[in-house]
Amino acid sequence: MSNLLYGLLSLGAFALLAGLILAIAQKLFRIEGDPMADKIDALLPQTQCGQCGFPGCKPYATAVAGGEADVNHCVPGGEKTMLQIADLMGVEPKALEEEAAAPRIAFVREDECIGCTLCIKACPVDAIVGAPKQYHTVIVDHCTGCELCIEPCPVDCIDMLTKPELIEHWSWPLPDTKRSQLAHQRRGQHAGHA
Amino acid sequence: MPAMLRTLAQRLGLMSDTFPGGIHPEEHKLSAGLPIEMNALAPIHILPMKQHIGEACSPLVSVGDRVLRGQKIAKAEGYLSVPVHAPTSGTVVKIEEHAIAHPSGMGMPSIFIESDGDDAADASLQPLTDWINCDPTMLRERARVCGLAGLGGAVFPTFIKLVKDQRYPIDTVILNGIECEPFLTNDHALMQAHADEIVVGLAMLRHMVGATAALIAIEENKPEAIAALQQAVADAAMDQVQVVVLPVRYPQGSEKQLIYSLTGKEVPAGKLPMHVGVLCQNVGTTKALHDAILLGRPLTERIVTVSGDALPTPANLCVRLGTPMRSLLERQGLKSMEGVELIHGGPMMGERLRHPDIPVVKSTNGILALSHGFMSAAHSVEQPCIRCGHCSEACPVSLVPNLLADQCRADQFDKAESYNLFDCIECGCCSYVCPSNIPLVHYFRYGKGQLALQRREQAFAEASRQRSESRMARIEREKAEKAARRSRVRKAHAPAASDAKTADAKVAADTKPATGTDSKEHS
Repeated sequence: MSNLLYGLLSLGAFALLAGLILAIAQKLFRIEGDPMADKIDALLPQTQCGQCGFPGCKPYATAVAGGEADVNHCVPGGEKTMLQIADLMGVEPKALEEEAAAPRIAFVREDECIGCTLCIKACPVDAIVGAPKQYHTVIVDHCTGCELCIEPCPVDCIDMLTKPELIEHWSWPLPDTKRSQLAHQRRGQHAGHA
Repeated sequence: MPAMLRTLAQRLGLMSDTFPGGIHPEEHKLSAGLPIEMNALAPIHILPMKQHIGEACSPLVSVGDRVLRGQKIAKAEGYLSVPVHAPTSGTVVKIEEHAIAHPSGMGMPSIFIESDGDDAADASLQPLTDWINCDPTMLRERARVCGLAGLGGAVFPTFIKLVKDQRYPIDTVILNGIECEPFLTNDHALMQAHADEIVVGLAMLRHMVGATAALIAIEENKPEAIAALQQAVADAAMDQVQVVVLPVRYPQGSEKQLIYSLTGKEVPAGKLPMHVGVLCQNVGTTKALHDAILLGRPLTERIVTVSGDALPTPANLCVRLGTPMRSLLERQGLKSMEGVELIHGGPMMGERLRHPDIPVVKSTNGILALSHGFMSAAHSVEQPCIRCGHCSEACPVSLVPNLLADQCRADQFDKAESYNLFDCIECGCCSYVCPSNIPLVHYFRYGKGQLALQRREQAFAEASRQRSESRMARIEREKAEKAARRSRVRKAHAPAASDAKTADAKVAADTKPATGTDSKEHS
């Protein structure tokens, strides 16, 4: 009997000690924010376009990390981003619902701009410059092509143009040999089945 | 000490005295020993706004302007850039995009000059005959103003290398007269005809960087050039200048490989020859430096080898920049472009041209017209790698090309990078020796391009995120400020409280939310 009591007591004391250590560790090594959300956020293209149904990339990343959203909602990220997120989360890849369009950038037709600053307020990355009753213009290098400025414009003076291709940014395509094409096809199939 | 060990090892036959790897392709130097012929002025000269590595220039002239030979028509933008000059006198007829020698087939804004036949020169640049007493920085500025870029083919702005840096004192100047690419003989012809100018240019280089020793490196398949330069050095009575004759080996003309062959010093990855105390210049650039300083002449012409098995009469031509390549090919007797492949540069590293209406630029060391039969050997069907290891033996940078190609083919770019993909100089030795006809260099170019694209996208996403976050913070701050202002106004308009206690309580209540949002914003 005393043996049993002795065992129970020592185990109980041990559990208490372990609990105490865990409690202290939780206070000491507490991680601010959600590391998973940050990791997902790093994979997203940061267009802040809201096509996923969330007001920006960070909120979507948080929702995915919390299991509230599927991995396939990022339209500009395309299949590549979806596969990366699915891999990170350890879930099955899901087919994209929308095909990503070619990257475009906004352009303000300055002759028609009335200087209302509504597009400036709508731009999620501060890529439009201008002041009240002055022409506004889009900084080409900063525009993510999210199209959020189109809708608020009262005079419809914003166009989406295809991004100009720079010779400095041109890169060699994959060699046009049968072997390289086959290797790519095979990998595409693997990615689809995974 | 390592240099001594190396010499010892060489004496004992334990080590070869050239760089590792390399190949000896068939030389095909059809125009070797031929004199330089002057090419007549073309009716129209086309000058692309970027003829060097670095940032593109912006035009200084407009349509209808009259220009003189050597007049600056486009100014350099940014540090890594050199201006463009008019190759002859005439009128600017248009400024628009034109095809250039680039594998993408994309165009580049170009200035079109219709020559008036007078060839009147702009005399605004004074010759610096007393250059030996000039400050090196002044000579350096002259090299920049005259638009000098490495004429060996890489077209790196020359003035950047011509610097006297206290941290990296330069002890040796190397003149590169190797010309290891098959077919090309433009440097050979230049050394034969202008040995004296090259030696004066070498003296200028030594003066500018404060080096004592100088080496002129030539491969042994150019005996006339070796004799001419030895004579010129003897005539100039320069001390510590040595003409070094090296065995024929490709890619010995590559800067880092040449430095290793001559001095045993290895230029680390991502570093410049300057960091090991060496300045390496092509002989053509050295002659151009001589012309810029002693004659006050900007870079408006260069020597071009026009050759190839499909060309009836190969030649070394002195050509004004901007001359359309078609006129050179026709001058050398090429009747029709049917069944002919055009190459800009040498056959190992040059790029294929889609059509002949491309102008000669600063990097044009050769134009080759090769028959389909000649080229098809290089473009047969890719077979599986048999792991013979020939590519690793041939690689002058000691990479493992077959492994790198597998990684690039499988889009494992991070892995390829960790196997030093970016150290590849794209010399083509591995593709040349591959018995399975694997286009190895093409895979490396693909991999490098994709990695660069990934980095650009990542950098853009990072910048976008930062802008988005700072916008959010700003909106929060503005909201808080507005709330604080509103509460202040409300307080001022509030009926004068009879009881001081209630007023105090109200202030406390009003300020609380404002400070609350403040702290949230700072966190």
